Amino acid sequence: MASSAHTRPLSDIEIRVKALESLLVEKGLVDPAAVDALIDKYEHKVGPRNGAKVVARAWVDPEYKARLLAHGTEAIEELGFSGMQGEDMVVVENTADVHNVLVCTLCSCYPWPTLGLPPVWYKSAPYRSRVVIEPRGVLKEFGLELPEATEVRVWDSTSEVRYMVLPERPAGTEHLSEDELAALVTRDAMIGVTKVSK
Amino acid sequence: MNGVHDLGGSDGHGPINLEPNEPVFHEEWEKRVFGMFLPVAATGAFNLDEFRHAVERMGAPSYLNTSYYEHWLHAFETLLVEKGTLSAEELAARRAQIAQEAH
Repeated sequence: MASSAHTRPLSDIEIRVKALESLLVEKGLVDPAAVDALIDKYEHKVGPRNGAKVVARAWVDPEYKARLLAHGTEAIEELGFSGMQGEDMVVVENTADVHNVLVCTLCSCYPWPTLGLPPVWYKSAPYRSRVVIEPRGVLKEFGLELPEATEVRVWDSTSEVRYMVLPERPAGTEHLSEDELAALVTRDAMIGVTKVSK
Repeated sequence: MNGVHDLGGSDGHGPINLEPNEPVFHEEWEKRVFGMFLPVAATGAFNLDEFRHAVERMGAPSYLNTSYYEHWLHAFETLLVEKGTLSAEELAARRAQIAQEAH
């Protein structure tokens, strides 16, 4: 990780992180290989493709969808996704009449097992402050303009509950397979700032 | 605890900056900070609620002007020193040593 050290000076923050890690390694609190493995896991293995599989399954299997909406954590675990930051999952369904969108106003809580680590905008002050008071305006910034008649529900995470949106299945996708459907599902649609399009 | 982190409904934070094709991490150091959290928490050095609280105790200017993983780094340094796992002197000395070696 120090390969760039000879091409430019280390920033203050890089120095702080290296100091912290080296001391924790010396004290036996951190194994650098374990750190590498966690980075690899969340950079390459855990991400919104997981959530997309959950959504696609719910679209093709009404019984699975019913379980998903009733007992989110267990239904998601059926597909093999569970663990840290997904211990208490609640899945909320978008319909023609109701649009759901997620936030964590106090922190940056996010369902890691299904969506991976959150994007910077989700963790930022502008999104966290504003989506709860003018959700329609915020959604417009994402290119989503909802009809006046659509009810908008904003779900603010607690320290335990993690929400995920089950987006609406787009029209004209009846012929697609489960895998093809999953490929349409985006991270932003599962946060609720966009819809899934064909 | 009320504080600057309680952002819901507050005004004046500007536009939402979207980044197309955003990487999971933007800097190598962010990866290290992220990757250290679970192993260190697993040793019992602190728990998640303490970690979150340490972020919430940052002053308002620091909280608003630093990034997410800087919040994490701040929480690491704060809690580990408060709990006696590391000393502030030890951290300062190691930083000085690393800065000199990299020079």
